[in-house]
Amino acid sequence: MVHPVVKLVAQRIALGLLLLIAASVLIFVGTMVLPGDVAQSILGQSATPETLANLREELGLNVPPVTRYLNWAWGVLHGDLGTALTNGKDIAEAMGKRLGNTLFLAFWAAVIAVPLAITLGLISVRYRNRWPDKLISIVTLATISVPEFLLGYISVYFLSVKFRLFPSLATVFDGMTLGERLFAISMPVLVLVLAVLGHMMRMTRAAILNVLESAYIETAELKGLSPFAIIAKHALPNAIAPVVNVVMLNLAYLVVGVVVVEVVFVYPGMGQYLVDHVAKRDVPVVQACGLVFAAIYIGLNILADVISILANPRLRHPK
Amino acid sequence: MPDLATNATPMLDIRHLRIEATSFPPGEAPRNVVLVDEVSVSVQKGKVLGLIGESGAGKSTIGLSSMSYGRGGVRLTGGEVLLNGRDIRQADGAALRVLRGKEVTYVAQSAAAAFNPAKRLMEQVIETTLHHRVMTRAEAEKRAIELFKKLGLPNPETIGNRYPHQVSGGQLQRVMTAMALCPKPDLVVFDEPTTALDVTTQIDVLAAIKDAIRDTGVAALYITHDLAVVAQIADNILVLRHGKAVEYGTTDQIINHPQQAYTQALVSVRSIDHNEKLATTPILQVASVTARYRGTNFDVLKDVTVDLSPGQTLAVVGESGSGKSTLARAITGLLPPRAGEIRFDGRVLSADLANRTKDDLRELQMIYQMADTAMNPRQTVASIIGRPLEFYFGLSGEAKRVRLQELMDQIEMGAGFADRYPAELSGGQKQRVCIARALAAKPKLIICDEVTSALDPLVADGILKLLLDLQAREGVAYLFITHDLATVRAIADRIAVMYKGQVVRYGQKSDVLSPPFDDYTDLLLSSVPEMKLGWLEQVIKSRKMESAGN
Repeated sequence: MVHPVVKLVAQRIALGLLLLIAASVLIFVGTMVLPGDVAQSILGQSATPETLANLREELGLNVPPVTRYLNWAWGVLHGDLGTALTNGKDIAEAMGKRLGNTLFLAFWAAVIAVPLAITLGLISVRYRNRWPDKLISIVTLATISVPEFLLGYISVYFLSVKFRLFPSLATVFDGMTLGERLFAISMPVLVLVLAVLGHMMRMTRAAILNVLESAYIETAELKGLSPFAIIAKHALPNAIAPVVNVVMLNLAYLVVGVVVVEVVFVYPGMGQYLVDHVAKRDVPVVQACGLVFAAIYIGLNILADVISILANPRLRHPK
Repeated sequence: MPDLATNATPMLDIRHLRIEATSFPPGEAPRNVVLVDEVSVSVQKGKVLGLIGESGAGKSTIGLSSMSYGRGGVRLTGGEVLLNGRDIRQADGAALRVLRGKEVTYVAQSAAAAFNPAKRLMEQVIETTLHHRVMTRAEAEKRAIELFKKLGLPNPETIGNRYPHQVSGGQLQRVMTAMALCPKPDLVVFDEPTTALDVTTQIDVLAAIKDAIRDTGVAALYITHDLAVVAQIADNILVLRHGKAVEYGTTDQIINHPQQAYTQALVSVRSIDHNEKLATTPILQVASVTARYRGTNFDVLKDVTVDLSPGQTLAVVGESGSGKSTLARAITGLLPPRAGEIRFDGRVLSADLANRTKDDLRELQMIYQMADTAMNPRQTVASIIGRPLEFYFGLSGEAKRVRLQELMDQIEMGAGFADRYPAELSGGQKQRVCIARALAAKPKLIICDEVTSALDPLVADGILKLLLDLQAREGVAYLFITHDLATVRAIADRIAVMYKGQVVRYGQKSDVLSPPFDDYTDLLLSSVPEMKLGWLEQVIKSRKMESAGN
């Protein structure tokens, strides 16, 4: 017999794939209903009915939309994201490096933010309603409330301009060592950490406080364990599911929501790439970016679901 | 009060203990409540002290005071709690952490809730032993396995690798006892350790705990509301009421020669006398009903056939998992049966709830075990009882008010209760409101699912009397689901004994409760604790079969 967890996980993954297909259809349809078509935007002022018809023929815009979608999806499945209209370059190639940069930035932000958020959450619970809890709450609430671009400019003003600690432009290029790269992205990482810390910390705090109401916490107290051991050893393992979900949402945000931060620090990532090509109405690039973002978002959420399932001993070890 | 002290220094010596808490009544200023006052008691090494009383008597509060622990806002405000000669009431957090889990350990009422669901049993059993550095991990695991053996747990070598949800309730309670005994404590506090168990399982756990206490020579506080249970295990008994000591003496003194009126009331058997009625044309016929839950592959009810006559009581008895409550779900239409039919008042009831008429719904009402969760906490008593009056009869204004008053009188609660919220009622009062809500629909049949199980014996008696009284006046029939045979004796006309989804014995009360018995009914009847010393040993020796819960 198949272990029920395998079945559950397989179900989640199948659902995720279905969702991804639905997202791809939405992206395709969404970019199609934009006023004017690609041919129009390429030719711009110089469009005559004749040249338009020619270009449409050339770009395959006269083919029925369903066929175009299937062709596009088929290409994507084979790693072919199409070519950019504006410069005729292969999208997959151009995006590859930028996606790498974005993931690099997101990775380091996550490496700092996730453990920090959970630790701060634990500290908040330990000293709940006392000054450390209140201080953590106020600071994290303040950093979520300030818009990221403002947070970016404020940190540029202080850390780069006044104290000259970090570079204000996050320029990275081939041939930099890891250390140089990390130094270059220190400011955007800082802003991203401040942007996502609050949600994760507050969710950790709420989930653990909820668990602390359980009878087994009293058992742990009567065992003579210290307050911190009770929180970390007995409460945290039972609060994993809600915490993981909010962590994954924030990780997804780190990848797909960094547009503003990348623009502020002129970082050559996906966000910049997307914004540039939206302005030029380069539909294939926008579609490709949309699809990659959707895939990352769905993938991380499925991962959260799977971890929640695995964290539940009742599912992991059935009777 | 008799002097029970011997020459030795007591392990635990509680002197003039006073415990207070702050309560926050809704809409009023916080006020101070005295939970325990002027209680003095002591426990010698190797002895068991029983603390007995109704809920709210302060039993658990006193039990936890031996670890200097107060639930919620409970504070130990006066007197002394001497553990091995030291006053622990004054000790600070760090000093208490050294003593909790090492010198004194605790066994909770619901082991199922008291174990951490995310950790393996062994990890939890030896946690304190390692934390307090009593033994090395290998030694602790060895001792835990020995204790598992001593407590009669199946697969003692491997049961520690399981998670709490993989083990039955009776077994968990024994694992928790092993957890308490593992660090070789001086004192163990047992807080109603068998109350949540079936009688048939309770007896095994009780015997296991008794043997373990004797073999390890530990002192124990045994807290319970069941005098018959404590009589089997305790050397001395302290009877508590409203936070004050009523009577303190040896078990023999309390059981056989109680001095105080309250103790005498506790010791005396139930006062309800009910003459069984003979069956007439049934109002409810359950014919060959077989049912299973969706997504499972075994029948929880197998070919169940029972009848119930108007104005009578059919008691359905059995341990948890026997299918009692599932039968109620099948009758009410919540779980459509796979086979068989249910006839009510001469007509066949639709299997599915959605296809039943409003009259079908009205004539068949339910009362639940947990009155707390069966009522909306944000509604007043008047709107809880008023809802069926509006829904079924379209009453409003004066007519509704008059009928409401009538119902309040029937449940013997005055007009002053109409505007109260459930949280402002006692357990017995809550259950009365639920009864009134069922009666408001003028039903012909009420299904009572363990309605007295969560109540103290004296309060439960009051509820049973009320139910019998209402039956005589209103002619309503009861399908009474319970695991408590004393209750069955008190109110049933007919009895169906259920075991693993089947009715194993069925008939008039006098027939079912007279020998010769089948093995299961015999086990069930013999497992009900009796208020005499030495009953436990006697019954363990003469048993023919084990309970299904083991």
